[in-house]
Amino acid sequence: MRVITYREAINEALAEEMRRDPKVFLIGEDIADDFGGSFNVTKGLSTEFGCNRVRNTPISEAGLAGAAVGAAMAGMRPVAEIMYIDFSACCFDAIVNQAAKIRYMSGGQVEVPVVFRTQQGAGRSSAAQHAQSWEAIFAHIPGLKVVMPATPYDVKGLLKTAIRDQDPIMFIEHKMLYGEKGEVPEEEYTIPFGQAAIRKEGTDVTIIGTSRMANFALKAAEMLEKDGISAEVIDLRTIVPLDKETIIKSVKKTGRLAIAQEAVERCGFASELAAIAMDEFFDYLDAPVKRVAATNTPVAFAPALEDFIIPNPDKIYKAVKGMF
Amino acid sequence: MKSFKGVPKGILKDLYIKMEKIRQFELRSVDLYQSGELPGFLHSCLGQEAAATGVVSALTDADYIVTTHRGHGHVIAKGTDLNNMMAELYAKEDGSCRGKSGSMHIMDRSKNILGANGIVGQGTTLGMGAGLAIQIRGTEEVSVCFFGDGAQNEGFFHESMNMASIWNLPVIFACENNMYAESTCQSYHMKPNDVADRAKGYGVEAIIADGNDVIDVYLKAQEAVKKCRKGEGPILIESKTYRWLGHYVGDPGIYRPDEEVEFWKSDEKEPINRFRKTMIKNEIFSEAELDEMRVEVGKLVEASVEFGRNSKSLPPESALEDVYKEGIL
Repeated sequence: MRVITYREAINEALAEEMRRDPKVFLIGEDIADDFGGSFNVTKGLSTEFGCNRVRNTPISEAGLAGAAVGAAMAGMRPVAEIMYIDFSACCFDAIVNQAAKIRYMSGGQVEVPVVFRTQQGAGRSSAAQHAQSWEAIFAHIPGLKVVMPATPYDVKGLLKTAIRDQDPIMFIEHKMLYGEKGEVPEEEYTIPFGQAAIRKEGTDVTIIGTSRMANFALKAAEMLEKDGISAEVIDLRTIVPLDKETIIKSVKKTGRLAIAQEAVERCGFASELAAIAMDEFFDYLDAPVKRVAATNTPVAFAPALEDFIIPNPDKIYKAVKGMF
Repeated sequence: MKSFKGVPKGILKDLYIKMEKIRQFELRSVDLYQSGELPGFLHSCLGQEAAATGVVSALTDADYIVTTHRGHGHVIAKGTDLNNMMAELYAKEDGSCRGKSGSMHIMDRSKNILGANGIVGQGTTLGMGAGLAIQIRGTEEVSVCFFGDGAQNEGFFHESMNMASIWNLPVIFACENNMYAESTCQSYHMKPNDVADRAKGYGVEAIIADGNDVIDVYLKAQEAVKKCRKGEGPILIESKTYRWLGHYVGDPGIYRPDEEVEFWKSDEKEPINRFRKTMIKNEIFSEAELDEMRVEVGKLVEASVEFGRNSKSLPPESALEDVYKEGIL
């Protein structure tokens, strides 16, 4: 099969959906050519579709996010790029008080089919305001769906699904994954929300990850294999909706659950998963649920400090090893 | 066919009926709220009937409006069903938003009312976005965002004005300057006397209207709409007006001098009596004709109260509906 990067896969999904549906348009800061986006994701799209549909904005997160919500209410399908998830603080209202609530407040009359594409995560000394992981903040808000693709195949199929969905979506990419390569078929496909991927089957412990942590969990599982521990790795792909069935089925088999998350430990999505484990399948657990997460600190600039803060395959490996 | 300042009699009648609907709906809902029949918040637009009616009457059904917490007037003028609207205030099953909006978030997709909004100023970004949708589609609607003097101190307003301006969006920024941002008077919360002054910095044309003269607002809004449809938007209209009551029903408004309130309620300023006097003086309508229209509106409003009161209560489990297209996740 053809191999392309995560970045190219997103670009293809956007182009295909724009060709398919004239209601789809892009809005964001610096997304038009020649610049083509801060992470080069939208390169070539304004050249193909014109600047009417690839709408470069001033540095105005509140304005562009609100505009995307308003345009969606008026019948369009905007894909708004929030350059860094950290900047969503500047347009939090449009996402959590408007997009997330309008279907509900209107009693189902008004839909807001908007995709907020953004990226998060540490790994290149971007420091405290450009490297946070905020998926739990958005998963906390009823009305939003939260997507966290880990591979080029997933990012393309999930983005196409997101653009066709009738609800507002936080589509969270990872800055360290844009250059990652993987197999992506030439032909059309979509990936439904709420279906986790079992990245590796195993019998002794279930490790859950999303985004870059799914890849790290897979590396940790390979390390554990050498010690004779067979880990099953689940990549959730979307955290809202959540594929509980796959998790429960796996834990029933393995009896142990570890969750790797790049966000700070306190009130992270791993905590939610641990609570679900208590509520719904405690009887199947042979050991306490283990969270592997960032320290409860901002992300530091110094590479050595950043490494100390953020989970990596070795930390996941050691934490899981400690469960036996 | 008679007319006044070029406005045909049929439209004058329409303007009057809309103002009466707003006035009587507001008086009735304030009363019901105070007697404990309606739950939640109520931000009355009593006194601001002309500013709402004048702008909305310059629009077609296809045009979009986004309004504020003080949005009843705009929603009524845009033609929403009074029965469903009152049932919504009653939090009943026949409510326009099935008991999930109340007064502050009322929406009506069938009339392109993209909602009242509880977040001050944010409506300007949504309305600007609707304008962007129109421009990308290449159609001829316009989008109106209503906001107050308080909201124009929010960053939302400034980002919206800038983006609407650089793209020439078909957006009307309709400010109802009622001189108070909650309890804070305009002379304290902004330096210029006119919100219209804000437009200069964004290269946006601004018009000031007597917000208590429905004909002045209507004629100016009509011009603005024409320009927007030709691609000459955006435009800011500042209607100078006044709210009779406090910020919300229950706020005694102790921050406002009594004489000021009385002045704005006097025959010289009060929008409905002013309009009636002008119509009678210019022999457009007789007093009896105006009274008859008033009585007819009263019947509609009373019917809406009965409708709301008699509508079924919502099943509590309906709280779980409409979170997502799939219901709840």
